[in-house]
Amino acid sequence: MKKYKFNRPWEGYAFLTPWLLGFLLFTAIPMVLSLYFSFTQYDVVTSPKWVGLENYIELANDPRVHKSLQVTFTYVALGVPFQLIFALLLAVVFKNNIPGIRIYRAIYYLPSLFGGSVAVAILWRQLFNKEGAINQLLSLVGIEGKNWIASPDTALYTLILLLIWQFGSPMVIFLGGLKQISLDYYEAAEIDGASKIGTFFHITLPLLTPMVFFNIVMTIINAFQAFTPSYIISGGTGAPVDSTLFYTLYLYIKGFQHFSMGYASALAWVLLIIIAIITAIMFLLAQKWVYYDE
Amino acid sequence: MRVKQRRKLLMHFLIILFGLIMIYPLIWMLSASFKEDVEIFQSTSLLPKNPTLNNYIYGWKGVSGVSFGKFFINSFFIAIVSIIANILSCSMAAYAFSKLEFKFKNTLFAIMLVTLMLPFHVRLIPQYIVFSKIGWVNTYLPLLVPKFFATEGFFIFLLVQFMRGISNELLEAPRIDGAGTFRIYMQFIMPLSVPALVTVAIFTFIWTWNDFFSQMIYLSAPPTFTVSLALRMFVDATGESSWGALFAMSCLSLVPLLFIFIVFQRYLVEGIMLGSIKG
Repeated sequence: MKKYKFNRPWEGYAFLTPWLLGFLLFTAIPMVLSLYFSFTQYDVVTSPKWVGLENYIELANDPRVHKSLQVTFTYVALGVPFQLIFALLLAVVFKNNIPGIRIYRAIYYLPSLFGGSVAVAILWRQLFNKEGAINQLLSLVGIEGKNWIASPDTALYTLILLLIWQFGSPMVIFLGGLKQISLDYYEAAEIDGASKIGTFFHITLPLLTPMVFFNIVMTIINAFQAFTPSYIISGGTGAPVDSTLFYTLYLYIKGFQHFSMGYASALAWVLLIIIAIITAIMFLLAQKWVYYDE
Repeated sequence: MRVKQRRKLLMHFLIILFGLIMIYPLIWMLSASFKEDVEIFQSTSLLPKNPTLNNYIYGWKGVSGVSFGKFFINSFFIAIVSIIANILSCSMAAYAFSKLEFKFKNTLFAIMLVTLMLPFHVRLIPQYIVFSKIGWVNTYLPLLVPKFFATEGFFIFLLVQFMRGISNELLEAPRIDGAGTFRIYMQFIMPLSVPALVTVAIFTFIWTWNDFFSQMIYLSAPPTFTVSLALRMFVDATGESSWGALFAMSCLSLVPLLFIFIVFQRYLVEGIMLGSIKG
């Protein structure tokens, strides 16, 4: 196909101007500034005071940073795999056009649609209360449940459950991927007498690995930045005893409640570095298991 | 044959059962919003004994003397301006990246893709400081102005994916007739991209409607509050004393999302797929 070359060179930039300006004003310059702030002490009112690596040294020794990292990693490490496994399972079920599929798919997608809202976070806070709906159900079978939200050893798990609950949107992505797999593969497998489970592991899953990879990367990046549920459910404190103190919540507390903008900037850069390292590792590992059907 | 049918029936049963468990919390909240406060915590029945609209009437009065009507108008205003801003700015960038030729195009596109993965926290603090120094705090400007500068890279990516699929041969004819780059954008690219633009509009709506973090940072005066912020304030103001009204307003806050979803389901699903499939 011949190259489509019809515009004057400046026209490309003309159309790109909003993005270019936006990139400079709202991404590039703020990033440079935030890197600079991370080496200063800055309370917005007085001008920033250079302190070198002090913020980074302080955060390396800050028990609440350790706690929030532990909370966030637990949230990601438990929430993401379960969310994606459910998404994949249901996508495989919905792949065959069973009757009523549109309604089923819509119902399973609803939690993803609502999940990020304040309303659902409020609902969650009530569901797992002492007198909440979950304990009401448990009492029917004679179990007296506790206040899941107020107990340090269970509060985080209610948030993880909220993350898993929203498997609808990766499910739709998997469905898109499944629809692209050529039927020839399945016919060949059937002729060879392959079992359903064998077909799934030897044909479906390998051909779906690009989607799996995309979903893993996106879900992890998003889960690291989750904020609303932790804020609403803990009342903005990370309570009980910091057991729901997400990293982003701690950043918010430091920056917008204590106005330690320097320290909060350092926290932001550490988050960036963590996400960058994890993404890089995922891309490196991808070469070993992601299969691109050329 | 009978075995197969039985298995099919069993599968439907399991799908429905699991689906009901999934949306049980939502149904529970809807039912609670029509119950009296005492009943919410005493009965497990999903059918209210004496269905009442009191929760809605009481909740609609709002908080701090501002009614929920105002909060809804604020949320809609932000959502609608964001939709217009995203459609304009992101489609321009996507057109440049997908159909125009210029120097450093690939480098710039790669940079755009990288910005997709950056946590917004690294931009947040300087942005906040600048916006507060120029007096934009407690206005909608910090939430809206950046959107006119194509700051939502995901939408550029999605539109690029779509516009790449528009055949160049199709654009060849008007070009020979003397249509310039701008006219091709207005008269061909934009109309042809409507399905993708609808997807951008829907996602913009959902994200701004559900947004909480940036709204909370920039808005602190109740009359400027959005639905998300109002719900949060409602929890703080009434504590745990009027769950019924809180659930009523929570349910109402989800109605616009549900409406969009029902009307535009197809675009939503196709958009999610478009955004994930590597072109």
